[in-house]
Amino acid sequence: MKILVCISHVPDTTSKINFTDGDTKFDTNGVQFVINPNDEFGLTRAMWFKEKQGASVDVVNVGGPETEPTLRKALAIGADTAIRVNAEAKDGYQVAKELAKVVKDGGYDLVIAGRESIDYNGAMVPGMLAEMVDANFVTNCISLEVDGTNAKATREIDGGKESVSTTLPLVIGGQKGLVEESDLRIPNMRGIMMARKKPLNVLEPVGASTETGSVKFEKPAPKGEVTLVAPDNLDELVNLLHNEAKVI
Amino acid sequence: MSILVYTESENGTLKKAAFEVASYAKAVADQMGTSVTAVAVNVNDTSELGKYGVDKVLNVSNDGLAKFNAKSYASVLSQAAKQEGSKVVVLSQSADSKYLAPLLSVGLDAGYASNVVAVPTSTSPFTVKRTAFTNKAFNFTTIDTDVKIVGVSNNSFGLVENSASASSEDFSPEIAISGVTVESVDKVTDKVTIADAEIVVSAGRGLKGPENWGMVEELADVLGAATACSKPVSDLGWRPHSEHVGQTGKPVASNLYIAIGISGAIQHLAGINASKVKVVINTDPEAPFFKAADYGVVGDAFEVVPQLIEKLKAFKSANA
Repeated sequence: MKILVCISHVPDTTSKINFTDGDTKFDTNGVQFVINPNDEFGLTRAMWFKEKQGASVDVVNVGGPETEPTLRKALAIGADTAIRVNAEAKDGYQVAKELAKVVKDGGYDLVIAGRESIDYNGAMVPGMLAEMVDANFVTNCISLEVDGTNAKATREIDGGKESVSTTLPLVIGGQKGLVEESDLRIPNMRGIMMARKKPLNVLEPVGASTETGSVKFEKPAPKGEVTLVAPDNLDELVNLLHNEAKVI
Repeated sequence: MSILVYTESENGTLKKAAFEVASYAKAVADQMGTSVTAVAVNVNDTSELGKYGVDKVLNVSNDGLAKFNAKSYASVLSQAAKQEGSKVVVLSQSADSKYLAPLLSVGLDAGYASNVVAVPTSTSPFTVKRTAFTNKAFNFTTIDTDVKIVGVSNNSFGLVENSASASSEDFSPEIAISGVTVESVDKVTDKVTIADAEIVVSAGRGLKGPENWGMVEELADVLGAATACSKPVSDLGWRPHSEHVGQTGKPVASNLYIAIGISGAIQHLAGINASKVKVVINTDPEAPFFKAADYGVVGDAFEVVPQLIEKLKAFKSANA
């Protein structure tokens, strides 16, 4: 089985979020970039398929040279080959179109993406990609088994979960739960050494256009002071929630 | 040319989100000088949609759609949008709607903006405000295609009453064959889900152990709330993964979020930021959560929560 894992290069989850250039760009100053958390679960699951079922695992990112360290981390975790499509990621549609070319040219059976990235939260690349390459699609994926060309997956739904069966070619939008948090692979010294020798291929983009455009960003209004209520005056809390906040 | 809105349902009954997206669609319809057409699948009674500005309902009645299937449902909406000549399609951001949205987007060549929190600031270029960086910022985005899809964030717009006819029409689209088959659904039916809840009661490591969760569940019961937990608590196995709320867990957009024994790490805050009112109960006055809270009680949860339960029971009786 040929697996392609989509890796988004995103600000670390504890990053302060600020904007520059008249609030049109994310301020990367002092920001650490990491593999998108949802993608990490997918990458670890891909490693399982590699080790137990002999699958090959490539990783791909659509981005400029600044994303290469993140791709190298994925190689250090155990992927075979990294691919960087040399284009600035502008919107979900454009990224999906670029990925579609990689998927078709590479003949991948299974594409593991993250259900959404923690920076733009578009939650659209995996589904769009599936349609573009005529693959089946399951998102919010919290379990995946593959047997030949048959696959079984679990989708997390509001209030529970749903078991589905499907076939390859398949695209999934993975998330936490796809593997246990404690099983997430991290690069070790050996992995990092080996990653240096693994191929990181830079491909020219097809030059896909966008369907949406970012105008500007805005930070939320600063929060007011908390209203503290003494622990022996909970009547006041009930009163505030009912009469002031009007939530009960 | 009407605004198309997918009004979702469960077991034949429209969900609250359906009325919110209908309200949003009506607001967009007013901006663009057109009407609202809703698509309802296997719904027993769609008349209540008239209260929220829906002029026409396309009623789809089909056993093949008894279980939700993203590809089939996207195809239904695509056919409806084409029939109606709709330029804007409004969806909720429920798990199912988020699942079908990108498929619908490709099917209609329609640009899609997710997590939208307000009516368009402009209809030309079509510009909407959405959340980004997991609720740490807003992003104004244009949708530049002829047909546009807007995913409205849960509890961001609210229900707005606007009387309309909701005249019902049968709609029988072709059902696209999907390569994904639902084998079984395992769903809690007697409790409100985190996504649908108006109030969420959440607890963290401050509760010291899973055996202490009785009071959290009791507080949730009194308030008719959903229960949730912080990431460490779900990682430790004290509570199920499905209760984990935060950046890598479920998002919370309820009216009230009560956090008990949760310090308020950035990742937790990001996930619950869309909730309207936050109450924090924690022994540590320096807990970062107090900076993000609207109301706070510095005290021992094991004393505060039982007392709060009693006060709320009394309040509920007095206000019944």
